[in-house]
Amino acid sequence: MKIAVCVSHVPDTAAKINIDANGKTIDPAGVTYVVNPYDEFAIEEALKTKESLGGETVAISLGGDANKETLRKALAMGVDSAVLLKDENYRDSLSVAKALAEEIKAQNAELVFFGKQSVDFDNSIVGQMTAELLNYNCISVVVAFKIENGKITAEREIEGGKEILETSLPAIITAQKGLNEPRYASLKGIMAAKKKVIEEKPAAACTNHVEVLKMKKPASKQAGKILGSDATAVPELVRLLKEEAKVI
Amino acid sequence: MGNKILVFVEQRDGQIKKSSFEAAKTASNIAQKNGSDVEAVLFGGSVSNIEKLGSYGVKKVYFYKNAELDLYAPKSYTELIAKQISDSGADVVLFANTSMGKDLAPRVAAKIDAGIAMDAIAVEFEGSELIISRPVYAGKAILDVKITSPVKIITLRPNVFAAGEPSGSNAEVVTIEAGSVNNSVKVTEIKKSAEKLDVAEADIIVSGGRGMKGPEHFHLVEELASILGAATGSSRAAVDAGWRPHSEQVGQTGKTVSPTLYVALGISGAIQHLAGMRSSKYIVAINKDKDAPIFQIADYGITGDIFEIVPALIEEIKKVK
Repeated sequence: MKIAVCVSHVPDTAAKINIDANGKTIDPAGVTYVVNPYDEFAIEEALKTKESLGGETVAISLGGDANKETLRKALAMGVDSAVLLKDENYRDSLSVAKALAEEIKAQNAELVFFGKQSVDFDNSIVGQMTAELLNYNCISVVVAFKIENGKITAEREIEGGKEILETSLPAIITAQKGLNEPRYASLKGIMAAKKKVIEEKPAAACTNHVEVLKMKKPASKQAGKILGSDATAVPELVRLLKEEAKVI
Repeated sequence: MGNKILVFVEQRDGQIKKSSFEAAKTASNIAQKNGSDVEAVLFGGSVSNIEKLGSYGVKKVYFYKNAELDLYAPKSYTELIAKQISDSGADVVLFANTSMGKDLAPRVAAKIDAGIAMDAIAVEFEGSELIISRPVYAGKAILDVKITSPVKIITLRPNVFAAGEPSGSNAEVVTIEAGSVNNSVKVTEIKKSAEKLDVAEADIIVSGGRGMKGPEHFHLVEELASILGAATGSSRAAVDAGWRPHSEQVGQTGKTVSPTLYVALGISGAIQHLAGMRSSKYIVAINKDKDAPIFQIADYGITGDIFEIVPALIEEIKKVK
């Protein structure tokens, strides 16, 4: 079975975000980019599934040359091959999903893992959209996954608990933290990844339906009052919560 | 602009969720500005008080009735909403940005080739154009977008848009027998967690971080949460150390929250944590380190020992409650 994993290349969560002079994107200066954290769980699950069922894994990313670094990381962890769908321009989520769907079809991948969201635009929708476009079954925000004789059982996180779901192939699964412990790339893996060729092709052209007007910093929050340094400050805190914040 | 706004109304256990009333009220606020009618769609075998949606501005509710739709059925929900959008001639479709809304809205968008904006914190008109503000980079920045497709799909962050007090008349409820259900993706069971409240939905959150010094001290977080009627949260440090489940992690790789009150105990305030909770209305921080970044956004701070202050706080709240 062919297993695909879709990965994105995003600013490290520790990065400070500044707005670029264009007023529409972040200023990339001084920002370290990494594999999207949720995609690491997706890569691990793809590798584990291949190890138990056999088959072949491919990592797919859409973006500019910088994304090769993230694809290289996927290869180093053990993914067999990598494809970069090249497009340096802004795309909305649906237009990303359309290009990924075409490639997944071309790859004939029956099982596809995504991270549940990219920690840049935070939409958390590309996996579900891709599934809809391909008419694949989809379970999102998955914290436990099992496939046996083509039958998939997964646990998905919801408010105040978990939903247990069943489905079948072809399917898209989006990974939530807690699904697994992503492996570290071995030295051997890193060396092997360096030798592999990342296939590059233009991403399928699509029309955007969402236009970015501007990016801005959130309203800054003023530092408030320090009420004290021990338990004697507690009555004042409770008074403020009751009278000012009105939450007690 | 056309003239219909459709709201997807979510029920769990036959009860309409608060975030759906918020969506209904937001729809009616938009509708008042451009002369739209608000309609709603919901699914299930039996749902209480459907007509009450009228007091949040909904004129007509399409209730697709089938007990098999009590639990989330992604394929059928998607098909039926797409059908209702077309039947109603809706040009704006609102969902609450809940687990279900987040899973369902993009499926609908892909099915009908519509633009979608997730997790909106503001939806405003500029002229005749609907401008949607949504946090990106977990709230480190805000993006203003507009949707250019004929149908615009928006999900609203819970707790941000006020549902207000119900007023006005009941909605007209149109009950439709919902034919056979597509079970190719099927929810077989819901496992409720021991905690009563989820951080993503709670109005008050009490969170603990590395300063709690170990899982054995989190009873303090739980006791304070219980007396405040709050959900318990955690910093990434506490989750990564294995002290607390990931489901309660607040921050960039956890949940982004906007409660009325956020109490941070022993949390220094790493940038990814602040991003996830800075939009809370009131923030209380208790931490020994007076230079901790959390104090820069806290409304009320105490720079001292949590193990001394939190028990005193619990006692004091008991007195005034």
